Amino acid sequence: MTLKFDIDACTGCMLCIKVCNFDAIEKDGDKVKFDLHKCVLCGSCEEVCKDDAIKIERKPIDKSKLADYKDVWVFCETVGDRLRSVALELVTKGRELAIDLGEEVVAVIIGQDIEKHAQTLIQHGADKVLVVDGKIFADYTTDAYTIAMTSLIAPRKPSVVLFGATGNGRDLAPRVAARMGLGLTADCTGLSIDDERQLIQTRPAFGGNIMAEIYTATTRPQMATVRPNVFKPGEPDTSRTGDVEKVDIEVSPLQVRTRVLEKVSEMVDGMISVEEADIVVCSGRGIKDPANLALPKELASLLDAAVGGSRPIVDLGWLPPAQQVGQSGRTVCPKLYFALGISGQIQHISGMSSSDFIVAINKDPEAPIFSVSDFGIVGDIFTVLPELISEIKKVLDAR
Amino acid sequence: MKIVVPVKQVPEVSEVRMNEETGTLIRDGVPSILNPFDELAVEAAIQLKEAHGGEVTVITMGPPQAKDVLLKALAMGADNAVHLTDIGFSGADTLATAFTLSEYIRKMEFDLIICGKQAIDGDTAQVGPEIAEFLSIPQICYVRKIEISEDGKHVTAHRETDEGYEVVKAKLPVLLTATKGLNEPRLPNIMGIMKAKKKPFEEVTVEILGTDPDLLGLAGSPTQVRKVFPPEKKEGGIVIDGDDPAAAVKQLVEFLTKKGAF
Repeated sequence: MTLKFDIDACTGCMLCIKVCNFDAIEKDGDKVKFDLHKCVLCGSCEEVCKDDAIKIERKPIDKSKLADYKDVWVFCETVGDRLRSVALELVTKGRELAIDLGEEVVAVIIGQDIEKHAQTLIQHGADKVLVVDGKIFADYTTDAYTIAMTSLIAPRKPSVVLFGATGNGRDLAPRVAARMGLGLTADCTGLSIDDERQLIQTRPAFGGNIMAEIYTATTRPQMATVRPNVFKPGEPDTSRTGDVEKVDIEVSPLQVRTRVLEKVSEMVDGMISVEEADIVVCSGRGIKDPANLALPKELASLLDAAVGGSRPIVDLGWLPPAQQVGQSGRTVCPKLYFALGISGQIQHISGMSSSDFIVAINKDPEAPIFSVSDFGIVGDIFTVLPELISEIKKVLDAR
Repeated sequence: MKIVVPVKQVPEVSEVRMNEETGTLIRDGVPSILNPFDELAVEAAIQLKEAHGGEVTVITMGPPQAKDVLLKALAMGADNAVHLTDIGFSGADTLATAFTLSEYIRKMEFDLIICGKQAIDGDTAQVGPEIAEFLSIPQICYVRKIEISEDGKHVTAHRETDEGYEVVKAKLPVLLTATKGLNEPRLPNIMGIMKAKKKPFEEVTVEILGTDPDLLGLAGSPTQVRKVFPPEKKEGGIVIDGDDPAAAVKQLVEFLTKKGAF
């Protein structure tokens, strides 16, 4: 990889100097010049150059250089005042990968007032936490977070970078990948290290009909987004210690080209996110009337579960879009999944088939949902559910 | 307003089946369709053109038969189509696909690029943001609503988030990705289908594109598939009759307790 500067194309706007976090560009008469010893090829200047005078040539790296890349990084997303659960899941999984590689786990947190999460990440397996804190990072924006990630990755050369496959994770990771010319695998459900120390990334495709093992042949770091809830977070070890490093990354408001005007939550009545819940109670067309959702909601509140819906009932407006499970909604992998009155079209199954335990209740014995369920009851949800609620109450009371 | 819509031809995923013996996909007889999320993008572009004037160009990279999805978009009301088709484009991962499309788009004039949020065969949602990055323009992903300002210079979009949505504003040009709820795509009518065949349609090869072939197709793809295999089968799923709900539920709860599922 090298940086090519077309001095004839440069109009001397000096924007590139302002955006360089590595002090590698300086004014040179009415143009600029680059100090390639300082440049880490993060791509910030290329992105901002209106004259296409800066071009980073990204050729695949030489195999002998692969050893220069070390450590397993996890981008740890925060929401409001908390870490997303996928952050802890990935730090835990990252620990396993790092042990196999004989390397360290580095957690990256970006936001405002987020240093407080560093100890939690260390207790779950991080050896080091990189903290990028600033007002400009308060709301997630593609631009500010991409600059932060590329500015961290370029000089430090991690061998693996993992992101949660959340809305923001899936927005950020491809942006970082394209800026740095890196391979990226989406929505992984399995990760391991092979004999050649490569990251093997397993993911479903074709609506879950097939699994693919993917590796990153020619670029480093190896990057992947990983589905929430696939890996389980470990128990925190309060005796663990680690380094916390605050990294100053300058981002000018001019570099952030989108502005968040308003954030609207559609979570209702303390409804838990279907992606983060350990148990999901999902209803389909068989529920017949929005008033009947009282039954699955009661079951969900007993079990601290999320209330989900299949596409037809979300399309009818009976539940908000954030609660939709399936291909056009959310992909979930809870420990326990209830499919109530859901026939099990492939679009639904691809969104929930990797759940640990699947319980299906449906009147139609031929419903495809029974082919993926661990326990199916062929029956009417309106007679079975009240029984189920009272039986579960009994069990919980006895505990 | 000049709008570009990158689209993909995908197999109708709900009809794809596995060959249990060989562990491969049975694609014979599976219809190919315009990716449903791209259909939302095409519809959004046509609606914006109808409201603000302008032109809609659809572009795809794919084998010769992918022409069908461009014709469908033209029949819906897009104005021009571009088909990047060459054996040299094949085997591309998301990075190489996005790079190839951006190499063509960067030579065009555009105000807006609208993609579907993801293709239903790969489900990666990566090509849109990667195109935006290669073109150095901002992105707003997973949009349910698009509004263009009166002066035609800004876009405000409702972007779906894990908790609900956020209202995001940006100056054009911008790349948007469309998610469910944005609109109800129209069905092409007979007139549209007739007209589609007469609309400008450009075929582009590697040579015409003029980009270093090492950066395209399989050669330009950093990720590679090592192995494809069928997902683990659920073993021994139990299905019981619910005629006696109390008894069925007792069995279910015993099963769940034994497995430690709650």
